[in-house]
Amino acid sequence: MIPSLPRSPLTRYAMATYVAAFLLFLFLPLAVVVVFAFNDANYPAPPWRGFTLDWFVGGAAGRTGLFADAPLLKSLVTSVWVASFVTMLSVAVGTANAFLLERADFRGKSALSLLMLAPLVIPGVILGISILAFASRLAQFADDTFGVELDFLRPGLPLVVLGQFSYIVSIATLTIAARLKRFDATLEDAALNLGASRAAVLWTVTLPYLKPALIGAAAISFLMSFENFNTTLMLVGSDPPLTIMMYGRMREGASPVLNAVSLLLMVASAAIALGLLRRRS
Amino acid sequence: MGNRRGARLALFLLLAPAVLWLGALIVLPHVELAVLSLRARVAPRVYEWSLAQYATFVEEPLYWHTFVRTATMSIIATVATLLIAFPVAWYIAKVARGRAKSALFVLCLIPFWVSETVRTLGWMILLRESGVLPRLLVDLGITAAPVELLYHDATILVGLVYTSMLFMVVPLVSALESLDDSLIEAAYDLGGGGGSILREIIIPHAAPGIAAGSIVVFMLTLGNYLTPTLLGGKNSLWFTEQIYTQFITRFNWEQGAAFGFLLLILSTAIVWLGLEVTGQRFGDVMRRT
Repeated sequence: MIPSLPRSPLTRYAMATYVAAFLLFLFLPLAVVVVFAFNDANYPAPPWRGFTLDWFVGGAAGRTGLFADAPLLKSLVTSVWVASFVTMLSVAVGTANAFLLERADFRGKSALSLLMLAPLVIPGVILGISILAFASRLAQFADDTFGVELDFLRPGLPLVVLGQFSYIVSIATLTIAARLKRFDATLEDAALNLGASRAAVLWTVTLPYLKPALIGAAAISFLMSFENFNTTLMLVGSDPPLTIMMYGRMREGASPVLNAVSLLLMVASAAIALGLLRRRS
Repeated sequence: MGNRRGARLALFLLLAPAVLWLGALIVLPHVELAVLSLRARVAPRVYEWSLAQYATFVEEPLYWHTFVRTATMSIIATVATLLIAFPVAWYIAKVARGRAKSALFVLCLIPFWVSETVRTLGWMILLRESGVLPRLLVDLGITAAPVELLYHDATILVGLVYTSMLFMVVPLVSALESLDDSLIEAAYDLGGGGGSILREIIIPHAAPGIAAGSIVVFMLTLGNYLTPTLLGGKNSLWFTEQIYTQFITRFNWEQGAAFGFLLLILSTAIVWLGLEVTGQRFGDVMRRT
């Protein structure tokens, strides 16, 4: 129970032990991923055979390190591109949506705001197949009626971007709308009364106020896109992003190079997370 | 007049991206999926309306077994996540103080900044026959030879619970933090024991958080693909895998669409039921998590 009530030392220890065990459960899988990125063996398994950086910088046969593994690096770059596009689209559309929800008034607004949340409860696999099916219907239609081949509607990166965007924008919308809701509209009125144009007010008053939410939404969008698996799996063509590439390799077998790339991801996302936390505090 | 026209133009410009997004990427694709699921091929490039895809689902035991199994395992995983997360959320919200409190909370968030692929890789290294835990069991003399800990139902559950933890801990902590300590003290002074305080004060107060967490965890578990296929291997029998097989491997889009719709209906039904039972609104739940 709570500290202000008498508790026996036993319950106190039991609780602390439980929380410690829980943290162990949370961090054990990450710890082994890190440890075996440096093990001098061809397979990420015990026993420990000594420290090596081969899985990062190695280039020898059977010991292709991360920085010599061209397909893996290419998929990493693909992921960064996809995530960048998804982030730009999500933040832009999310901002428009936030203004629509908080500032505009029109018939069907409540229905629209509910529909905007719907992508969050649709399983990612289903978002993927529905967009795949619809895009291929459009491509078929264009081919049959106009005789044009619209390649971007076939499985590939443009569809992956759209598929991820379709639900990540919901999250961006929620984040930005939540901050816009707390905005004191009299600040805008004051600026307008002082002779500023609408555009100037937006640019010098409202958007600067929204900046933390915009940055937060961008970071979350980037991360969610980077980590997305379900939707991407259904829409991917011949250029797999990193998660798909790693999944394929994990099914085939295991090489510590996957641990190496995982460690890189951990460091990168920790940097983003810390950056966000520091901004907030 | 000009001002009003300007306002209408602004509204139109704001509406356009939302309508494009929801229309072209959500509504129309789902209509297409529904149409696909309700047709059958009678000759090359000739289709007619039919419930054949849904009939196959009912007639083929493998399909509906997988469906029922996925739903059951998801429910078990959700309950397990709730039971494991609740004491931790309680500790963070009510017992820990100051820096320890925020540090603990951040520690609980960190693993989820890393992708699910990486977390699953960790579990595979821990649990596979040549992995860390089987080795440890041998070293401790508990088993004579390394045992395969992957590819069991329990393994899938561990992976699912692990991967869902964040979505349970966060709403629980925020629900419990709003509970006034003096209520618990009052109940204690009036002679309430731990059990009755939990039942009559804590759980009713935390109900919105419990519902929000459970709904999100169930939904994500049901739609998960990576964790069951990697940790369960050939034995995983997860329904999303059937959808993938029909759509991508067999190129039987009609059947895959029907499966997709069934999963969507189940997922929506459970979310709706969860909201009905706890008397909450969808929008509030989504905003909370």
